[in-house]
Amino acid sequence: MLKIRIIPCLDVNNGRVVKGINFVSLKDAGDPVEQAMIYSKEGADEITFLDITATHEKRKPMLDVIRNTASECFVPLTVGGGVKDCKDVLEFLKCGADKVSINSAAIKNPNLIEECSSKFGNQCIVVAIDAKKKKNNWNVFINGGRIDTGIDVLKWAKKVEKLGAGEILLTSMDRDGTKSGFDLELTSKVSDSVSIPVIASGGVGNKQDFLDGIKIGGASALLAASVFHFKETTIKDVKEYLKSHDVSVRIDNLYKLKNE
Amino acid sequence: MNKIIIIDYGSGNIRSVFNAVKKISEGKVKISSTIKELKSASHLILPGVGSFESCITGLKKTNIMGDLREIVFEKKIPFLGICVGMQMLATKGFEKGNFLGLNWIKGEVRKIKTPQKNLKIPHMGWNTLIFKKRTKFTDSLLEKIKMDYTDEITAYFVHSYNFITKNRCDQIISTNYGEEITAMVSKDNIFGTQFHPEKSHIFGLAFLKTFLEQKA
Repeated sequence: MLKIRIIPCLDVNNGRVVKGINFVSLKDAGDPVEQAMIYSKEGADEITFLDITATHEKRKPMLDVIRNTASECFVPLTVGGGVKDCKDVLEFLKCGADKVSINSAAIKNPNLIEECSSKFGNQCIVVAIDAKKKKNNWNVFINGGRIDTGIDVLKWAKKVEKLGAGEILLTSMDRDGTKSGFDLELTSKVSDSVSIPVIASGGVGNKQDFLDGIKIGGASALLAASVFHFKETTIKDVKEYLKSHDVSVRIDNLYKLKNE
Repeated sequence: MNKIIIIDYGSGNIRSVFNAVKKISEGKVKISSTIKELKSASHLILPGVGSFESCITGLKKTNIMGDLREIVFEKKIPFLGICVGMQMLATKGFEKGNFLGLNWIKGEVRKIKTPQKNLKIPHMGWNTLIFKKRTKFTDSLLEKIKMDYTDEITAYFVHSYNFITKNRCDQIISTNYGEEITAMVSKDNIFGTQFHPEKSHIFGLAFLKTFLEQKA
């Protein structure tokens, strides 16, 4: 049975993880490569890196992060932040990213989705949607949540599917950082209106929130940052909790290679 | 010493396959498509990202097809196709038209049917492997991860098309997603996986290790 994916997200600035981390061995902001290794050992089903500075001049440290992680960490890697064109996508893929997430640039030029997915395969094109509630619907925001495009989230989700997106990374701006749980209404509405997988993001605070994201939100995957960074819970704990509530998850840290 | 050649024919992201093989192999690993390199290989890996049509067109453009066939069928060099690299082993593919494959393992590559409404396409993520046959390969693989045929073992998939083999005996592992999905095929020295061993963590590395133990 296909497993629900748990995806830790690392925000990277100038080659370092920016959200503080409580791991004793990792001083200052945290080394993203080491952090990715820890997560993959704990059972992360994929790992997402978000380049939060993302200007071209500052991209080099990010490329090193991807390169170093990809040579040590054998689960899928998604990279996002500041992707403007096909060349940016190719640059990330060449460093070893498996998927690239596109956000603002897709709004400015929807054909970019079509262009990239036909060039690299739709499985590696993730369209990130930042959604904020407006009365009875949600609007798509871009530029790190600063600009309201006025575009309806459900309409945009259907459009990106048509254009060839392989999956949607859906972030609720209202919930992000609040620890009050995923926006379940938003998640389930988007998930119901497209046939590609939807990753729920924004607001997860405890294990129950993960469960609700799947059972009520209908998400295929759940993304979380601070709950894992601050060790409020671990990937392993979340998965065991989900399993005890009949959610199909991958728990395979039993494996030990013979010569290891 | 092993010399592993990852066949480069313009298919998207082959860096991941290179990284994983490099991690576990004591021999040389190279990305190449020159006939000279292919002929000197102890193991060949054919990755595949994108559509059946774009991959098979790209592969045919390299002009290595004749030599590749000879290396695989006469020299019996162990060969592994991954994802679309496996699908291309089939007789025919139906993605974006109707295309002839290599026909090394008989069968057709068709879009996954999703009778249940809630099944998303692509089939993306970790899914449980069902061992249809026990082979020396699978025995050796399971021994490496200290698992048994009754244990749940998962691998990472991402695809929308399914290789339906003509002969059931060519299908070694399957998985379920609305329908039975072929996860691994093998025939003599030819192997193929729909899942991505290079992205399937410890299981995946053990799989590649087992492949590298195969001898011509």
